[in-house]
Amino acid sequence: MDLNRRSFFKVMGATGLTLAVGKDLKASPKAGKEKEFYGVLYDSVRCKGCRGCEYDCADANGLPEPLPNKEIKGLRKPDEFHRTVVNEYKTSKGIVYAKMQCMHCNEPACAAACLTQAMTKTQDGPVIWRGDKCMGCRYCMVSCPYDTPKFEFHSANPKIQKCTMCYETRVQKGELPACVENCPNEALMFGTRRELITEARKRIVENPDLYYDHINGEHEAGGTCWLQLSPVPFHELGVKTVSNESYPSMTKGFLYSVPSVFVLVPALLLGIQQSTKGNSLKEDNEDE
Amino acid sequence: MNNRAYIAADNDGQPILKFLLRELKPKGKALTPFNIISVPIILLGVVLIVYRFIYGIGSITNLSQDMPWGLWIGFDVVTGVAFAGGAYVLTFMVYILNMKKYHSIVRVTVLNGFLAYLFYAGALLLDLGRPWNVINPIIGNNFGVSSVLFLVAWHFLLYMVAQLIEFSPAIAEWLGARRARKILSGMTLAAVIFGITLSMLHQSGLGALYLMAKEKIHPLWYSEFIPIMFFVSSIFAGLSMVIFEGSVSHRIFADQISDKHQKAQAGIIHGLAKVCTGALFAYFFLQVLVFLHGKNWVYINTPMGYWFLVEMLGFVLVPMLLFFYSYRKGNIFLIRLASIVTMVGVVLNRLNVTVIGFRWDAAVHYVPSWMEIVVTLTVLFTEIWIFRWVINRMPVLRESPKWVNETKTNQVSVVDHRRA
Ligand code: SF4
Ligand code: SF4
Repeated sequence: MDLNRRSFFKVMGATGLTLAVGKDLKASPKAGKEKEFYGVLYDSVRCKGCRGCEYDCADANGLPEPLPNKEIKGLRKPDEFHRTVVNEYKTSKGIVYAKMQCMHCNEPACAAACLTQAMTKTQDGPVIWRGDKCMGCRYCMVSCPYDTPKFEFHSANPKIQKCTMCYETRVQKGELPACVENCPNEALMFGTRRELITEARKRIVENPDLYYDHINGEHEAGGTCWLQLSPVPFHELGVKTVSNESYPSMTKGFLYSVPSVFVLVPALLLGIQQSTKGNSLKEDNEDE
Repeated sequence: MNNRAYIAADNDGQPILKFLLRELKPKGKALTPFNIISVPIILLGVVLIVYRFIYGIGSITNLSQDMPWGLWIGFDVVTGVAFAGGAYVLTFMVYILNMKKYHSIVRVTVLNGFLAYLFYAGALLLDLGRPWNVINPIIGNNFGVSSVLFLVAWHFLLYMVAQLIEFSPAIAEWLGARRARKILSGMTLAAVIFGITLSMLHQSGLGALYLMAKEKIHPLWYSEFIPIMFFVSSIFAGLSMVIFEGSVSHRIFADQISDKHQKAQAGIIHGLAKVCTGALFAYFFLQVLVFLHGKNWVYINTPMGYWFLVEMLGFVLVPMLLFFYSYRKGNIFLIRLASIVTMVGVVLNRLNVTVIGFRWDAAVHYVPSWMEIVVTLTVLFTEIWIFRWVINRMPVLRESPKWVNETKTNQVSVVDHRRA
């Protein structure tokens, strides 16, 4: 009996630890809700496909210079050398250009997935990656619904490459993201998410013939800081259909059950163990 | 007197260092078929691993931006850990339900489980691009508590400690450390309770890892119930492994096993077959419910649908019936066959979620490179080498040394005995 009481306390001690961790969990994803997120509105109606933003992005982030137009065949995706790409799509309304990069989700799957908090949602909205914390597990890549994070598979010191909205290098210093600052066609606009949505609605209402009536990112994946307008339905621009549910909420049920399992299961096991103890003694006697 | 002194003194007066050095030497024949196959593969694997750390993960794997996790995670970690589930199921049966019958195979199963975690979960390190930062989530400067992977990784670590404690009396017996053995076996029940709880959570957690990959996994394999599926299937995965491994070791390590154990073996296999039938039935039932709930009929008449049927009928329903039939008939051979079919089914299921059904619609589908396979085999063979080393030295399959029974004459604790 003595032994069992002791082990029970040991088990309870361990439970306390997990409970404490469990509590943190509830506080984490909501942080920053009070403050307004910043974001970018990208307008495919205005974009002329000059790909200037690709060059500015590469320049600002120390990535190799993108290929010139004549060497490009077919549709591209961002990869470990290109945090953003602008593709040309043949659509029901003729040629339309669309820029691809991280959507900077309001509740990012990548950050919820990251076990080191290397991928993190900043208070201001951009989702950034921090090399001193990342262990290269690539769980962020598995989880991101837009397949945004890219991994340097051919490096001994591999980094995750993805758009950071130039948060640490420019936005924090009060500058605009490199792509936004240099776009000659005003296809990119930086502002608070609320301002951007108002502006996007205005454009749709004022020019209903030009715009398809939807703001990509208003609700997708639980809402994103990067918003997009288009003249055609978004699937024509290769935009992935993702659910409107926030992705981290898909694992919440599981994670929230952890503390209760840690309280209930050990108690239950100990109870069963106590009640079956009799059997064993009986069997013991039979054996010996 | 401290424990160290005891260890040294208890071991028939031999200095502990000399004893360890002697034990480190290989025993048995050098040129067995297993050695001839495994040694070259292990050597090649080590070269590949070094190469991978110099030239990056992409240099020896077929992973891509679309397929960030491949064989090393899908097979080594996710499947390997499912097979290691036998340890928590058996400790539950023996220490919690007090089913004495299975006591003689607890040690070998726990050892197997511990080594599986050490190696297969250790294979995770090979897959990390920046392994030097692995310390971050462990020492606590960056706790990503909202991450399922964080939970799983921590549970791996804690569970390995629990298993080590469960196994430690065997080490103490090997070293002849009487007092240490007493203390360690007193901790068994706590370790067992903690270990079962951890196992329930991380077995399901491995499934929960994929919850956010909603659009990437084929709908026949994705549902919000993956965690429950993974948990339930780990029960029969683990037990089938116990049945399979038991029949292999009984042949290979026959000299280690006492007559009493040999005889008990049939009864044990029967009992396990019964549990497997039940778990498989529950699993099949759950799969059917999820299938109906997800309105998945639309996918059945597609190649992936046929593949799903192969898995569900051929490798869940068939082994379930086989287990049922063979334990009714008392046919050990059929039970073993059923356990092998079940194991194939578990491998299929885990790979279907993590590799085959992951990005099933991609233009170029991922197929592991031969080098990934060699590294996987290296991990597997190294584990078997260590397993064999331990079995040949510690009282795992064979009886505990005599003094164990002598010293515990009048302390009747449930935990603290080991007998046939
Ligand atoms: S798009 Fe992907 S990488 Fe970008 S914030 Fe969302 S989940 Fe993270
Ligand atoms: S690869 Fe890095 S950033 Fe991505 S989840 Fe793993 S630790 Fe986090």
